[in-house]
Amino acid sequence: MSLEKKYSKEVKQILAKYPPEHKRSAVMPLLYLAQREEGYVNKVAMKDIARILDITETDVASIVGFYTLYHDKKAGKYRMQVCADLPCALRGADEFLDNLCGNLGIKVGETTEDGVVTVEAVMCLAACDRAPMFQTQGPDGIKYHEYMTVDRTMELIEALKGGKE
Amino acid sequence: MTHILLRHRDIPDMDKLNVYKKNGGFAAFKNAVTKMKPNEVTDVVKNSGLRGRGGAGFPTGMKWSFIDNKNWPHYVVANADESEPGTFKDREIMENNPFQFLEGLAIASYAVGANVAYIYLRGEFWQVAAWLDEKIAEMEEAGYLGDNLFGKDYSLKIYTHLGAGAYICGEETALLESLEGKRGQPRVRPPFPPSYGLYGKPTIINNVETFTNVPMILANGADWYKSMGTADSAGVKIFSLSGRVRKPGNYELPFGATFRQLIYEHGMGIQDGRPIKAIMPAGASSSLIVVDEKVLDTPIDYAAVRTLGADLGSASVIVLDDTVNMDWVINKTIHFFKHESCGKCTTCREGNHWMRNLTDRIHHGKGSSEDVKLLLNVAKQMQGKCLCALGEFSTMAVVTGIERFPEDFKKAVKA
Ligand SMILES: Cc1cc2nc3c(=O)[nH]c(=O)nc-3n(C[C@H](O)[C@H](O)[C@H](O)COP(=O)(O)O)c2cc1C
Ligand code: SF4
Ligand code: FES
Repeated sequence: MSLEKKYSKEVKQILAKYPPEHKRSAVMPLLYLAQREEGYVNKVAMKDIARILDITETDVASIVGFYTLYHDKKAGKYRMQVCADLPCALRGADEFLDNLCGNLGIKVGETTEDGVVTVEAVMCLAACDRAPMFQTQGPDGIKYHEYMTVDRTMELIEALKGGKE
Repeated sequence: MTHILLRHRDIPDMDKLNVYKKNGGFAAFKNAVTKMKPNEVTDVVKNSGLRGRGGAGFPTGMKWSFIDNKNWPHYVVANADESEPGTFKDREIMENNPFQFLEGLAIASYAVGANVAYIYLRGEFWQVAAWLDEKIAEMEEAGYLGDNLFGKDYSLKIYTHLGAGAYICGEETALLESLEGKRGQPRVRPPFPPSYGLYGKPTIINNVETFTNVPMILANGADWYKSMGTADSAGVKIFSLSGRVRKPGNYELPFGATFRQLIYEHGMGIQDGRPIKAIMPAGASSSLIVVDEKVLDTPIDYAAVRTLGADLGSASVIVLDDTVNMDWVINKTIHFFKHESCGKCTTCREGNHWMRNLTDRIHHGKGSSEDVKLLLNVAKQMQGKCLCALGEFSTMAVVTGIERFPEDFKKAVKA
C-alpha cells in the first residue's frame, strides 16, 4: 500500500504545516513516517515520498543519506544508541559501552542474534549530566534512557524482547 | 535564588497552562498585541541588552530590527537543535517551562510581523516535540494561538519540525535549508536571514533560551533586566555544567558569577576532590582554558571569557580534572567534528579527515612529535578558510590543546 493510503491522516497533517508551494519541507516528517514500521526507508517509500512532494527519488535518497536518523538498511528492531561523546565519556560512557557489548557478546554496530537490538555509539544527545545514557530508536519513535547501568540495560533489553519498552 | 528562566524549579507544575497563567503567563503577550506597536516590543528587547543565547551573543533586539519590511511574509524560527556536546539547557526549558518559551516565541513573532513560526528540534528530541505539540494545542484551545488574537487583527500559528541527527543544522542557514526539505548545508552569507531566510523570506532565528527571556523582559521592563548581569552581558544565563564535577546539571546564574561559584558552589567541586586542569566553556567547540586561581575568580560574561583565550558560546561548561589527557580530549572532539562536517567545503571536509587520522595515531601511541606538529599545522591552516563556523570550531581544542598542554602530547608520542 502506498504511504498516502496507509497513513492518509498523518500525511495530510504533515503537509498542512507548510505552505503548499513549499511542500518539499515535508520530506523529513514523511521519512519518519515511512521508517516507522520496518526501521528503515525502502525504495518504494522513497518513490512514494518523491511523488507526493514533486521531487526526484534522488532528492529523497540524498536526504536519507545526509541525516543519521534515517536508515536505508534493516537493523535490529531497536537501535540502542549509546552516547560516547566527550562529556558522557568523562562520566564513564566508554566503559559502559564496552561492558554492555561484552555482556551482549556483540561489537558496536552489531545486532543481537535474535534481531532485537543493534548497539551503536553516537554523538552528544543533550543529556550529558545524566550519563551513562542512550536512546532507543524503534517502532514507537525515539526514547531516552538516562543514568543507566549495564544491569538495568539488560533488564530493558529483556523487556524489549518481550515486545514492551 | 529565584529563577527567571528555570522557573519550574521554584513553582511546581509550571508546565500546566492554568499554573503558568496564574503566575503571570501570557499577560506580556496579550499586552503586546493589544497595547503595543510591533516596533515598541522590539525596542524594549533592544533596551534590555538581551544577547542571543545560541552561541554568538548577538544583540536580540537589534536582530529583530533588521527584519526587511519590504518583503513579505515574515517567519520566526526557534533554534531547538541543541547539539553542541555539553549543552542540555534548551531541553530542560522545553520539558519543564514550555509555555514561557512558547510565549516568548509568540511575542517575537508579533514584534516582527510573522504569522507562522517554526520550532526546529533535533531529531532526537522526538518526545519533546510531541510534548510541545500538546502544549501548542492547549494554547490554541485557550485562544493564545490562532486567528484574531485578543480580538485584534493578528494571527499566529506555531509548528514543530524535527531534524534527523545532524549537528550542522544548528547553524542557522543550514537549519533553514533543512527546514526547506534539503540537506542541511550552510548558505553563503550575506544575505542574512532577516532579509533572506526561510523560503527566501525575511526570517528571525533565535535560540530557545533567548526566547524564554522575552516574556519576563516585557513583564518587568528593560531596566529590570539590565540591572542583572554585567555591563557587557545583561541578565541571566543558563550554564550547562558537565564533566568531572560532583553535581553536573543546569545552573541559572546572572552574568558576572565566577567559574569558582559555578563549579564549586553549584557543581559541588571536582569528583574525588581532585584539582581542575582545564575548562571548556563552550562545549566541544571551545578553546581549552588552563585553570588557575585567577581564571576561577573571573566573573563570567562574553567579554571576560575572551580575555581568557576562549569564547563563552552557549555556556556549556565542560570541566576536566588532572586525570584527563588532552590527546584523548582532542581525539574525542575531532571524531565529533569529522562526523558532523557537512562536506560542503574542502578545507573542513579534508582538514577534519586528516586531523582524525593524526589524532588517532597520536592518541593510540603510534604517533611521533612530527605528527603533533603536523596536526597543529593542519588545524592552523584551516582557520579562516571554512565556509561556516563549524570548520573553525573543529580546530579550537586542537590548537589550544597542543599549545597550552604540550606535556600531554610529549607523553602521548613517547608512550
Ligand atoms: C556549527 C554550529 C552549530 C550551532 N548550533 C546551534 C544550536 O544547536 N542551537 C542554537 O540555538 N544555535 C546554534 N548555533 C548558532 C546559530 O547559528 C545562531 O547563531 C543562533 O541560533 C541565533 O540565535 P541567538 O541569536 O538567539 O543566539 C550554531 C552555530 C554553528 C556555527
Ligand atoms: S565549514 Fe564544514 S560544516 Fe561548515 S560548510 Fe564547510 S564543510 Fe560544511
Ligand atoms: S555527551 Fe552524551 S549526552 Fe552530551
